[in-house]
Order: sequence, then structure tokens, then C-alpha cells
Amino acid sequence: MKISNPKSQISNLRLKMLKVNNIHARIESNEILKGINLEVKPGEVHAIMGPNGAGKSTLSSVIAGRDEYEVTEGDITLNGESIMDMAPEERAHKGVFLSFQYPIEIPGVTVSNFLKTSINESRKAQGLDPMPASEMLKKMREKMSLLEMDKGFLSRSLNEGFSGGEKKRNEIFQMAMLEPTLAILDETDSGLDIDALRIVANGVNKLKSKDNAVVIITHYQRLLDHIVPDFVHVLFDGKIVKSGDKTLAHKLEEKGYDWIKNELAEAK
Amino acid sequence: MSEEKLLNEVTESEYKYGFTTDIESDKIPAGLSEDVIRMISAKKEEPQWLLDWRLDAYRVWETMTEPEWANVHYPKPDFQAISYYSAPKQKIELDSLDQVDPELLKTFEKLGISINEQKKLTGVAMDVVVDSVSVATTFKAKLGELGIIFMSMSEAIQEHPELVRKHMGTVVPKSDNFYAALNSAVFTDGSFCYIPKGVRCPVELSTYFRINESGTGQFERTLVVADKGSYCSYLEGCTAPQRDENQLHAAVVELIALEDAEIKYSTVQNWYPGDANGLGGVFNFVTKRGICEKNAKISWTQVETGSAVTWKYPSCILKGDNSVGEFYSVAVTNNYQQADTGTKMIHLGKNTKSTIISKGISAGFSDNSYRGLVKIGPRAINARNFSQCDSLLMSSTSGAHTFPYIETQNKTAKVEHEATTSKIGEDQIFYCNQRGIGTEEAIALIVNGFAKDVLNKLPMEFAVEAQKLLEISLEGSVG
Repeated sequence: MKISNPKSQISNLRLKMLKVNNIHARIESNEILKGINLEVKPGEVHAIMGPNGAGKSTLSSVIAGRDEYEVTEGDITLNGESIMDMAPEERAHKGVFLSFQYPIEIPGVTVSNFLKTSINESRKAQGLDPMPASEMLKKMREKMSLLEMDKGFLSRSLNEGFSGGEKKRNEIFQMAMLEPTLAILDETDSGLDIDALRIVANGVNKLKSKDNAVVIITHYQRLLDHIVPDFVHVLFDGKIVKSGDKTLAHKLEEKGYDWIKNELAEAK
Repeated sequence: MSEEKLLNEVTESEYKYGFTTDIESDKIPAGLSEDVIRMISAKKEEPQWLLDWRLDAYRVWETMTEPEWANVHYPKPDFQAISYYSAPKQKIELDSLDQVDPELLKTFEKLGISINEQKKLTGVAMDVVVDSVSVATTFKAKLGELGIIFMSMSEAIQEHPELVRKHMGTVVPKSDNFYAALNSAVFTDGSFCYIPKGVRCPVELSTYFRINESGTGQFERTLVVADKGSYCSYLEGCTAPQRDENQLHAAVVELIALEDAEIKYSTVQNWYPGDANGLGGVFNFVTKRGICEKNAKISWTQVETGSAVTWKYPSCILKGDNSVGEFYSVAVTNNYQQADTGTKMIHLGKNTKSTIISKGISAGFSDNSYRGLVKIGPRAINARNFSQCDSLLMSSTSGAHTFPYIETQNKTAKVEHEATTSKIGEDQIFYCNQRGIGTEEAIALIVNGFAKDVLNKLPMEFAVEAQKLLEISLEGSVG
């Protein structure tokens, strides 16, 4: 019989929830990620910034397991376990959540039905019974009030006819319901007006805990005024070229991405 | 999810109801002639007028040729190779389930429609047809108190010949088309329903049909008459066991809604569709039509997942002023299935209204066609029609086709037609996957969402069954 030491295991988990190790990925013959390294610990908020086409969304898709991208090298582990061979739904069951930059419409499927299926499939994977309807409804109400959403939302067709802001708010609502350990927010601020941005950010802040982590992918610094990152990484041409604390985001906002470009050119 | 993988996911589903029941049956040799028709009529102890009616139909049929305008391709059936009569030998009056052949009960259980179960479902009366003869009827007495007649067509011919004679063939004349004429000549059973004036039928009337005996065609005939101011909801469900040779199914359904009456007719059809290579399966060539008198309403709802070839157009003749016709359809084709289905809305009266909602789902190498006619007659002042035909493609090797025909002879008519075609997206599936929903489950969710407007029209308990059927026909795993 194998004897394990739970204490050392837990401390190990604490150490690195997500570990992205030298990931190279391409779509068709186009290499987009050229050796990404990233470590995220529980309780941390990381921001990944970068110009258009740097590979920000590719990174989030690769972590979530979209097979459109071919990973040619490297490994991604979640709590010490490699997730590279896992289907996207298995990664979701392990606690990976991706807030989509462009949430997808599914006509005829209500928000509540979608969430119910989503939650119960995850529970099934963990050997749990479906969540009782009353508990589900109570939780939905609670999370909706957190995000200042209207009750009518639940019976609308998923993302169909939603405004940009409603779509993003709905993503965070799903995140609140699913309680992921690792949430990746891909350009969640795009399409949000100031008020919606504040509400969404408040929601994310309230969901944060010492046990979960958030990776924010963004082009602009404005969301980071509301959700303050512990680390900021600059992604440029498929690589993380600079990491720092929240002041890096301000510097980027001030000087623009050309600053990074020039710095890189000088280094060469 | 690659295209190919998705394709495999949806096409690797096997037919859930593939089994045969070992019941002794009384079957006549294959072939069709006047003698065969006389034999059928004699076996059923029918009155002379009906034999004459059958023979008339046969003579008309002999002069007709099979229709070829539909967008379906199949080897023509050999009508001399079919046995036109097959009845389970054991014919009994049922007082309780204990008297039913245990083999038959097992069949019902495999179908998931055991009478035991059905009896428990509140308000569902069943008339079960296995191979052409009705063997079980429940709730008959209860309906009798309200004056509702609900029985097999054979019984109705014996017990209510005047009603049958008055109405049969008035909506679908025996010379209507090739298959209707064939049915009129050789039909062996079916259901008959009469709702008296002003009576609202309190239960869903339900019939399950099933082709059981190898090499027998199924030619059932259903006649529903709703007298003035009455209402009924009728559900027909079909399953056929797995067979390698094609089986012919040519039914006729006639609905008559007299003044102020309403008939809701729902069908869940999952005849054997053939295997993944297109071998076997049922040919489903059905004529369904209803006629509405003044202020009457007929509503057809169908969920079609089965049959190798489907040729079916449940239609409404809106004869009376202010009458209403509705057609709600979901047709799923997978593997090598072909479906050419739709409706005809014939507006004759003033202020008549019709609604058509058709949802076609094509997977595998199948072809799915919507064919519909909206006809506004010269006297149909202020007639209105709204049609919506949506197609969902699950693979790049399947086809979706729409053939809408509109003929208006009255300038006041308002006819609207909307059509969309979409392909199930990898984006949609990935989105579901990311939320922890596996691909099969995701497809079921997306398809059910697509078909929701139609599924919502089905009676509650059958909506659940229909939903399951959609999943079974499109998923890789079979429960």
C-alpha cells in the first residue's frame, strides 16, 4: 500500500495550481505560441497583456483544450497533474473555466437549462448526484443579484440577442455558478460600458478566494483598475517577454506596446 | 473537435428497438390480387360495401404509377412480394394484463411503453396495434361514458358501420394517390375515434404502431371525427424492429373537425431507419389530411426520426370560414436516411389562418427535404399564412433542401415564408465542452434547442420521449 503525506501534497498544490511549461502551439503551419512559461498559485490574480495577434487568446484556448490548435511542445499541469491529454470537458470538471471573448449563441437553450446541464455534468464527473432544483434556483438568484442581473435572464435563449455587455455578464454569472479553481477571463472588458465593467469586476472580486486563481487576458489596463493583479505579464509574438507587478500595466498604458517592441529590438 | 470526429459521433448510433417478438401469427402468402383482397375482407368478416370499396380502390391503384417527384431515391418495392395480412393468432378480449401473451408484454417493455407504465400515466388511453390487429384497449369504458368512441378500425367497422361508412375516404379519397389507393384496397386495421358534439376528450388518445412480422407491410388507417364543438388530442407513436429487407408502410390518416371542433394530432415516428450503411429500413409513404369546417382547428405535430425513406405531408383543408391549420415538424435524418416531408395548407374559407414551423436536422450522408404548399383559393378573403423552415446540418456530407410552393388566387391573402440553414458549429460544441458538457450531451442540447418550438407543442409526457428519441438518433451511445 502506498502511503502518502497529505500535508506535503497540499503544500505542493498551493505552490502551483497552474503550470504552463514551454508551450509551443500552432494552427496549421503558423506557430503562434513560441515557448510560454507561466506559474499561477492559488489566491493569485495574473494579468496577461499584449498587442493584437500576440497569442493571448490562443494561450487561453490551449489551456482550455481547444483542439483547433496543435501543441507541438511543452506541458500544462493543473495541481501537479498534466492536462494535455484531457478533453476540454474533463479540464472543466477539474475546475478550469474560460470566460469567452465572444460567447457563443445556442438558440432555444435557456440560460437556466444550460447552467443546469453544465453543473450537473460536472457533478456527475465527480460522482455526485444532480443538484436539487431548489438549491440550484437559490444559488442562481444569489449569484444574479451579485451581478445585478434581471430574473428574466434565466429564461432567455443562451446569448441569443444579448448585448455585448449582457454576454459578458452572463459569462461571469456562469463562473459564479460553477465556482472554478482557475478562471481565465479572455477580454472580458471588451464591449462593456463603465457601469457594466464595475459590476463585472465587483463580481469577480467577490468570487476571489485564497483557493482559486484568476488569469485576466486583456488589451487595456482599465479592467485592472477594478481587479488588481498580483502579476502582470506581457505577451509579445508568442512569448512572455516581461513580467512584473501591477505597475507594469500602468507603464504599458502610458508608453504603449511600442515601448516593449523597441526594448526588444535594442536587446537584440 | 474535428469534422470527421463529429461526424462519427453522430452517425454511430444503433437502432434501439431492434428485436423481434416471437408471437405465433396468422399470415397469408405474399402477393396482391382481387382474391387476396377478398380473403382479407373475409378474414375480417367485413360487410359487402367495404369489400366493394376495397375492390374499387384496387382497380384504381392498378392504373396508377408510383410518384417520382419527391427528392428521394430507393428501389421500388415489389408489391407482389409483400404479405398483406398478418395477425397475431391469439385474439382475445382483454379484461386484465394477465391475459396478455407474456412475449407481447416483453415487447412493450422493451419499447419502454409497457401498458403497466402507460396505465399509470394519468389520462392516457392506449390502443396498441401490433402488426395490423389491435390486441389491447384500455380506458375504453371510461371514454364510453362520455360517448367517445375509441377503438380499432376493425371493431368500428363491426360496431359503428354507419359512422365509418359516412366518413371514411371523404378526406383522402381512395383514388387520391398511389399509396392511398393501395392502403384503401388492403388496409388491415388502424384506429377509429369519434368525439360527440360539445365533448372535450379528457385524456390523450394514444396509439402505438409496430411492424413486427417479417416481410409484412403495414397498412393502417386512422379516422378521427370531432363533432361540432368537440376537442381531442391524439398521439400516434411507432417503432419497428430491426429488419434487413425494406418494409413498406403506407398509412392513411383522415381527420374531420366539424364546426367549432379542434383536433390536435401528434406523431412520434421512429420506424427502423436502416443501418449505418443504409441497409434495410422502413419505407414510410403516408397520406395524412384533415378537413376543417367553420371555426374549426387542426394541428399536426410530428417528430420524425425513423424510416429509411419518408414521404409524408400532413395537410389541412381549411374549408370553413375562420378555420385554423397548424403544422409543427421536426424531421431528423442520419446515415443514409431520406426524408421528403412537409405539409399542404389549402385555404378555401374566409379569414382562414395557417402556421407552418418545420425543423429539419440532417446528419451523416442523409438528405432532408421540406416540401410545402400554401394555396389560397379565390374565395379565401383575408387568408393568412406564416411559414418558417429551419434546417440544421450536422455534417458536410448531408443535405438540407426546401421546396416551398405558394399559390394565391386572392389578393387579400398575406403569406409569409422564412427559411434559415445553419450548421452545427464547432464553436458551439467547444463552448459546451468548456462548461463541462461532453460532445454527445452538447449535440443533444443544441438539437433540442433547435427543435424546441415544435417539441413544446407535444403533450408533456410525449415531449420527454421525443426529446430522448432525438438524442438516441443522433448520439453515438445507445442506452
